[in-house]
Amino acid sequence: MATQEVTMRIWRGDAKGGVFKEYHLSIGEGMVVLDVIHAIQATQANDLAVRWNCKAGKCGSCSAEVNGKPRLMCMTRMNLFEPGKTITVAPMKTFPLIRDLVTDVSFNFEKAKTIPHFRPKAKEADGTRRMFQEDIDRVQEFHKCIECFLCQNVCHVIRDHEDNKKHFAGPRFFVRLAALEMHPLDTNDRKQLIKEKAGLGYCNITKCCTEVCPENIHITDNSIIPLKERVVDEFYDPLFRLFRKISGKTAP
Amino acid sequence: MSDNSLAIEDKVTQRQDLWWLEPLLVVLALGGFVVYATWAGLQNAHYYAAPYLSPFYSPCLSANCAHLTLPLIGSWWNLSPAILILWIPAGFRVTCYYYRKAYYRSFLGSPPACAVRDIAKTYTGETRFPFVLQNIHRYFFYLATLVVIFLWWDAILAFRFPDGLGVGIGTLVLLGNAFLLSLYSFSCHSCRHLCGGSLNTFSKAPARYGIWRVVSRMNERHMLCAWISLIWVALADLYVRLLSMGVITDVRLF
Amino acid sequence: MAAEQKYESHEYDVIVIGAGGAGLRAAIEASAQGARTALVCKSLLGKAHTVMAEGGIAAALGNVYPEDNWKVHFRDTMRGGKLLNNWRMAQIHAQEAPARVLELEEWGALFDRTKEGLILQRDFGGHRYARLAHVGDRTGLEMIRTLQQHAVHKGIDVYMECNVQRLLKDGERICGAFGYWRESGKCVLFKCKAVVLATGGGGKAWKITSNSWEYTGDGITMALDAGADLIDVEMVQFHPTGMVWPPSVRGILVTEGVRGDGGTLTNSEGKRFMFNYIPEFFKAETAETEKEADAWYEDKKNRRTPDLLPRDEVARAINAEVKAGRGTSHGGVFLDIASRRPAEYIKRRLPSMYHQFRELADVDITKEAMEVGPTCHYFMGGVRVDADTTAATVPGLFAAGEVAAGLHGANRLGGNSLSDLVVFGRRAGLYAAEYAKGLKGSLTVDTAQVESIAQELLIPFNGKGGENPYTIHAELQDCMQNLVGIIRTEKELKQALDKLATFKQRLTKVSVEGNRQYNPGWHLALDLYSMLAVSEAVTLAAIERKESRGGHTRDDYPKTDPKFAKVNVVVRKSKGELRISQEPLPEMPEELKKLVEEQK
Ligand SMILES: Cc1cc2nc3c(=O)[nH]c(=O)nc-3n(C[C@H](O)[C@H](O)[C@H](O)COP(=O)(O)OP(=O)(O)OC[C@H]3O[C@@H](n4cnc5c(N)ncnc54)[C@H](O)[C@@H]3O)c2cc1C
Ligand code: SF4
Ligand code: SF4
Ligand code: FES
Ligand code: FES
Repeated sequence: MATQEVTMRIWRGDAKGGVFKEYHLSIGEGMVVLDVIHAIQATQANDLAVRWNCKAGKCGSCSAEVNGKPRLMCMTRMNLFEPGKTITVAPMKTFPLIRDLVTDVSFNFEKAKTIPHFRPKAKEADGTRRMFQEDIDRVQEFHKCIECFLCQNVCHVIRDHEDNKKHFAGPRFFVRLAALEMHPLDTNDRKQLIKEKAGLGYCNITKCCTEVCPENIHITDNSIIPLKERVVDEFYDPLFRLFRKISGKTAP
Repeated sequence: MSDNSLAIEDKVTQRQDLWWLEPLLVVLALGGFVVYATWAGLQNAHYYAAPYLSPFYSPCLSANCAHLTLPLIGSWWNLSPAILILWIPAGFRVTCYYYRKAYYRSFLGSPPACAVRDIAKTYTGETRFPFVLQNIHRYFFYLATLVVIFLWWDAILAFRFPDGLGVGIGTLVLLGNAFLLSLYSFSCHSCRHLCGGSLNTFSKAPARYGIWRVVSRMNERHMLCAWISLIWVALADLYVRLLSMGVITDVRLF
Repeated sequence: MAAEQKYESHEYDVIVIGAGGAGLRAAIEASAQGARTALVCKSLLGKAHTVMAEGGIAAALGNVYPEDNWKVHFRDTMRGGKLLNNWRMAQIHAQEAPARVLELEEWGALFDRTKEGLILQRDFGGHRYARLAHVGDRTGLEMIRTLQQHAVHKGIDVYMECNVQRLLKDGERICGAFGYWRESGKCVLFKCKAVVLATGGGGKAWKITSNSWEYTGDGITMALDAGADLIDVEMVQFHPTGMVWPPSVRGILVTEGVRGDGGTLTNSEGKRFMFNYIPEFFKAETAETEKEADAWYEDKKNRRTPDLLPRDEVARAINAEVKAGRGTSHGGVFLDIASRRPAEYIKRRLPSMYHQFRELADVDITKEAMEVGPTCHYFMGGVRVDADTTAATVPGLFAAGEVAAGLHGANRLGGNSLSDLVVFGRRAGLYAAEYAKGLKGSLTVDTAQVESIAQELLIPFNGKGGENPYTIHAELQDCMQNLVGIIRTEKELKQALDKLATFKQRLTKVSVEGNRQYNPGWHLALDLYSMLAVSEAVTLAAIERKESRGGHTRDDYPKTDPKFAKVNVVVRKSKGELRISQEPLPEMPEELKKLVEEQK
């Protein structure tokens, strides 16, 4: 098997502080960054903290920043990097550090609690639920989210402005909100919440979330911007308001 | 094992690639366009070379126009007629979701690139004045649609030569211009929303779903349309300008 | 000082350990019944194995084939399990699965649709009709997210990254659970009336496995330690199609959906070898020629392709092909869908397989064949439970999902796990809540018991320069892979037992670096305790079952034995030692017997 020498620069430390430590080892064919971390764990640093589960890009546990770019370690092949160059692995920056590559992502779980739940309309007369593939294609894209929180991590609204965490849900939850709002069966109206509590207006559609999403969800184009348009319908568009008043309808 | 004491927090970014290249190019390209368009729009001359009207001056609305499209404004207006109209495409592009991304990143550095620290210390996004005004984008879309209609009209007029119907390079330039601006306008996110994006059950509105699908497909290339149409419209103006200044001459194809 | 004061402690009616499909469904139900409920899991919420499930969830909805109903599903499950299943569980499962799937839809799940706007169903091995409700090849994700969001909105308390180590008892009854926070390494005590185990299996003890670090058999071990019975633990499912190349991804699952959607297995000579491996038991319902097999994809009235025989059959066939020298250069066989289906179709139906192979193996599955081989996948065996109530043999202990045994018998059909989770997860929650409500008097936690567990957990910090837990784990994986793998012999199994004994010895001398805060070395050292216990139970049971059946293949007893058809191998712990016995299967009523025996 072809082996290769690599140098890894890995953040070691906890909330109190830390340093980048360098590790040298040889790697085998097809390895991903997570494999290398595991190899270091097994042979050089038993206590190197890292999260992972599926090793196949399905669970969204192994998020980190490799050479400064937010990525899943299990889907980042070592042959992506120039041989001989040191590879830097750091924890996600936006969330408080627990230890080494592990961060406290509870921010996201708290935000999840604030999202009004799915409330289906009545069933069809024959007792079934009829939905057609074209009705759900759009929402199924959002359901692909593996909650890796890389988008939350890269979003500058909270990455660089800690104080915005209070009133900004983040791209992951815009995806979630879009999935609920566009669900063909849902009857809950969350537009007020999207505008106020979830802080959609803080997003300046600079698309970093889309760039890092390992599931290739078009977060900005397909969920955030359509939500912004829906918010415009409701709050910023005088003609639509008038139209609603006259027609007595709630949605166009 | 060697230590390398470098707190992660202290760096603007850990990225090692050429992340600053893209914002730099955008600054140069957008900046260049704005300078040229402003200059050309204020010229008030050399915007018509029969049968071609520069798209910066179309529709031409004041009585003083070298080539009047619609006489909406009397001859009292003696500034450049481009001013009457240029605010529409300008507003459309300034509030365009794509251009917002482009200039927020490259001009305002918020953020300069992904995982690169914001330049500004505080940030309120599009929740406050002036950026909250971005929400009127759809009104610019309505207006821009009108302008696009006039641009097609100009393109049709560009077939009418003094000696009858014909096709010159300029005809193709204006046709291309109308076509590209249509692509850009109808791939707009607001357009996508109005066509069908606001619906939740597509199967109940098959026609709107069909339109939405087409617009969505175009929308995926909205950025591309934005750049090509931008460059083309500037070149179209330049072409007409150089013709009218006599620097070049039009080639008749038919 | 009482344990409640010394350690962080919480009190509930019902504690659900495990937040996969089974645990989430159990917690939702228990809380709906009014029980104060907490959910504990050792990863973050939503990262359990269930999230990785790909192909679909089996339920006789009859949307694609109206002929389908619970009876056919029941029959398929029993036959797939080589009749070792608990018939009552198989019956409940087949009857209730459709309602549970529709309930997921009520909670916001979006399955792929038929032309009529109903839930679309796909073909899977061993199911007579297209039966698996699915979402592309990420069904588990849809299911866990739906349940997770539902649970969150019900306000159920969730303890994430909290690793439960032992169950606590007051006399005969369960009275709590004790574990540690992964983040801080601090101990935590849960007092409760009932515990629902939903911790999944133990496949991480094998080297080539589709399982994650979580699958260390904790629940099985905790149950065993608490005095509960295990059954069928010799029945370990090797999924026929795991990735084989490159080495670092070996074992990662390739969904059966590839074959359900038209993919076929071929050997290095380009032959569809499965036609040579059709067992007597499935002869009547399996196609004999390629033409007949291909016709089946279009019309299910034809006999099905042998590529979709139950997993044990296919895994053994691949094993045999590779042994006979007809494997690929990396020791697998080819799984080809590229030459059989259009690229667009493949990308739409199998997006994550496409992605997985492109990213990890540089293989474009719309253009080339995949290389696949068997990978350790699923524990059919586990905690013995009552079919209706999911109660284990210890009062106050319930189990559902992969950790529980009985439904799948000797071999699980694809898609029957996800349905198992929601059917029996709900029942576990229901009956645990009922039990807790009915419980009179108060329970007390034995402080001395807690204290000794707490001491035990810290042993790996005591020494320096002792055994490296990663080394022991790697050796254990080699041992189980080579000696307790797909094909077993008495000699090798006995060797494995000896090795396991030395591993246990070595585990007492294990030492780890660093402190208690998020320390994976320490976590692994603790997980090894349960991995070794489960490995031992599997090996002992495998020695006991002197026949070949389903997931258990003995080279020295290659045939099924009618004597063993009537018994479960039971493992229980007494005085610190594992004991093995054979106990009769519950008797199936006549009318169900008839269903099972029906040919085609
Ligand atoms: C790659 C893959 C694909 C699959 N595809 C399919 C499919 O298509 N169809 C199908 O039906 N089945 C499929 N399966 C099988 C199925 O996914 C699993 O059997 C099922 O998800 C198990 O669910 P569960 O709820 O029992 O446990 P899991 O989902 O594994 O959850 C176990 C939970 O227990 C927790 N836990 C474990 N130990 C402890 C402890 N000591 N303390 C606290 N918490 C603990 C874990 O944190 C986790 O939350 C697949 C499995 C894999 C690996
Ligand atoms: S597009 Fe909006 S949500 Fe996404 S990263 Fe940028 S600011 Fe954040
Ligand atoms: S939207 Fe994409 S990047 Fe964000 S959490 Fe989900 S999968 Fe990750
Ligand atoms: S380990 Fe699951 S996504 Fe990387
Ligand atoms: S024009 Fe760009 S989004 Fe409307």
